Amino acid sequence: MAPALLDVPLLDVADLACRRGGRPVFDRLSFALGAGELLALTGRNGSGKTTLLRALALLVRPEAGTILWRGTDVQDDPETWRGRLAWLGHLDGLKGDLTVRENLLGAERLRGRPAADDRLDLALVAFDLNALAHRPVRTLSAGQRRRTALARVLLTQAPLWLLDEPLNALDAPAQQAFRTVLQQHLTHGGLAIAATHADLGVPGARTLELSA
Amino acid sequence: MTGFLALLSRDLRLVWRRPGDVAVVLAFFVVATVLFPLGIGPQANILARIAAGVLWCTALFASMLSLDRLFAADHEDGSLDLLLLAPWPLELAALAKCAAHWIVTGLPLVVLAPLLGVSFGLPPEALIALAAALLVGTPTLSLIGGLAAALTLGARRGGALLALLALPLCVPTLIFGAAAIDTLMTGEDLLAHIAILAALALVALATTPWAMAAALRQAGE
Amino acid sequence: MADLHFLANPARFRRFSQRVLPGLTFATVLGFAVGLYLALLQSPPDYQQGETVRIMFVHVPSAWLSMGGYALLAALGASLLVWRHPLAALMARAAAPVGACFALVCLLTGSLWGRPMWGTYWVWDARLTSMLLLFFLYLGHIALSRAYDDPDRGDRAAAILALIGVINLPIIKFSVDWWNTLHQPASIMRLDAPAIHPAILIPLLWMAASFLLLFILLVLVRTGTEIDRRRLEMADHLS
Repeated sequence: MAPALLDVPLLDVADLACRRGGRPVFDRLSFALGAGELLALTGRNGSGKTTLLRALALLVRPEAGTILWRGTDVQDDPETWRGRLAWLGHLDGLKGDLTVRENLLGAERLRGRPAADDRLDLALVAFDLNALAHRPVRTLSAGQRRRTALARVLLTQAPLWLLDEPLNALDAPAQQAFRTVLQQHLTHGGLAIAATHADLGVPGARTLELSA
Repeated sequence: MTGFLALLSRDLRLVWRRPGDVAVVLAFFVVATVLFPLGIGPQANILARIAAGVLWCTALFASMLSLDRLFAADHEDGSLDLLLLAPWPLELAALAKCAAHWIVTGLPLVVLAPLLGVSFGLPPEALIALAAALLVGTPTLSLIGGLAAALTLGARRGGALLALLALPLCVPTLIFGAAAIDTLMTGEDLLAHIAILAALALVALATTPWAMAAALRQAGE
Repeated sequence: MADLHFLANPARFRRFSQRVLPGLTFATVLGFAVGLYLALLQSPPDYQQGETVRIMFVHVPSAWLSMGGYALLAALGASLLVWRHPLAALMARAAAPVGACFALVCLLTGSLWGRPMWGTYWVWDARLTSMLLLFFLYLGHIALSRAYDDPDRGDRAAAILALIGVINLPIIKFSVDWWNTLHQPASIMRLDAPAIHPAILIPLLWMAASFLLLFILLVLVRTGTEIDRRRLEMADHLS
């Protein structure tokens, strides 16, 4: 990486404002995130954590403000920006009639690229899904589905993860698995923004508290 | 293109896992069509005269009936967000969904309608015309219906509202589709009707994808 | 009140409409007073249809305005989707039922006109059938714009529908005309008068102008009501 680029944060959000149903959710929100950094979004229910994540993914059109990636406005080329994102919503985004494996492979193909088997196996192992790989998702518990959705995030190899309550429904071993995976992602220079109530257990994580 | 094919094959696979959903729609098509001879009476000349219009109308209703789940299922389980976030145009995703709908409802209707046409006493040439007109006309129904499904995503009274939005827009296809079968009686050119149906399908293909994409983006907000 | 800043534009509209409304109301009343005199008393009865031809002075302007109204919905829809103009959404919400009413008036007067001409209240005449489909398009627009808990969502969905509708309207009209010539016996008299005599044309245009004033008046008043309604809803939200 050229030295000049080191000064520029990868993700630079400035003066972001959103309103829903005529009501402002947040206003003049600014933060910057460099490689390997995690930003935890905290705040009460309805404080706008999900809206902020959706605004960063350009799912919600912000009323004002800019989102810069390596200094360029992401709104100029939304498709490339979407390719840099891994998304975990509060819904898992899984098809109940497809197996875990089919869901993961299908999601990768939807991102426009064929999924390599070795990467898929790594993602399955990381979240202890090997035994469940050929089970239809509708037969899984809520925690097992969440693990599948998290495996999908890992599979994308996207530099920026946007996670909405990633620990939801996860038991202690699964939470530990998630922390390990997240830590690896950050160590490899990835970025993550997570709306969460619980401590994500990543040392040096930054926190942004949203107030309603 | 990879994404388009991936979405198309995923949707087809989902239907394959639950063939009952499609079977119910096709059963509705058959039952609704069979009600007409029962309601009107078995006079062969009247039935042959109304067959084209009846089959087109019931085909239209059957397509509408199956459309309100087109995007709703993805909306409910969160996969719509993944489509919105896919790094390729959403217009193509909407098109892939409509293509899947057409393959699982439109195509079977093309096959079933001539069989029902036999029971209405349609001559063999009319059956061929019927199948040809449906083959070219049903994609328009899937596209317009898909737009109505995207517009009503998350609305109150979704299903009935969908039909109210889509049916007036389907009138041209209905008119030329039904008239194509009557060409045998009126002595007009069947190919000209098929060409008009194809033109209507192209207009729908050119106008509905961006509108569906815009409607889906709103649903995601 | 800072949160209401996006209503700044509608507020300006409100001041504008309050200044215009009295004059516009007066002009509309005057227009109809003169127009009705010209149409009902001054103009000659038709040599074939007798006095019933006077239905035309309501029927034809209603048809024009219901078509123009849908074009207006499409234009407002475009300005909402492209420029996110909040006033466009409110005005579309106000204009759609007015346009639908004009379509309905056109259908009802057409039906009343049809009774002496065709001996029945409804004939699948090409113009009436197209108007009926336009009425359905209006109904869809009205139903869709009010089908969401979030009014913004309904406004934008209806805007997309209006744009698609306006593209399809000529196609629908063409196909219905074609369908009509295919199925109607040629002996049926149609509701159009080629080469209208000036003695009828002038009152017709006058009435059309009066109806246009009425249309504008109704849309302006109703837009004002929509602004108030939206403001009240937001006040509820914020409190």
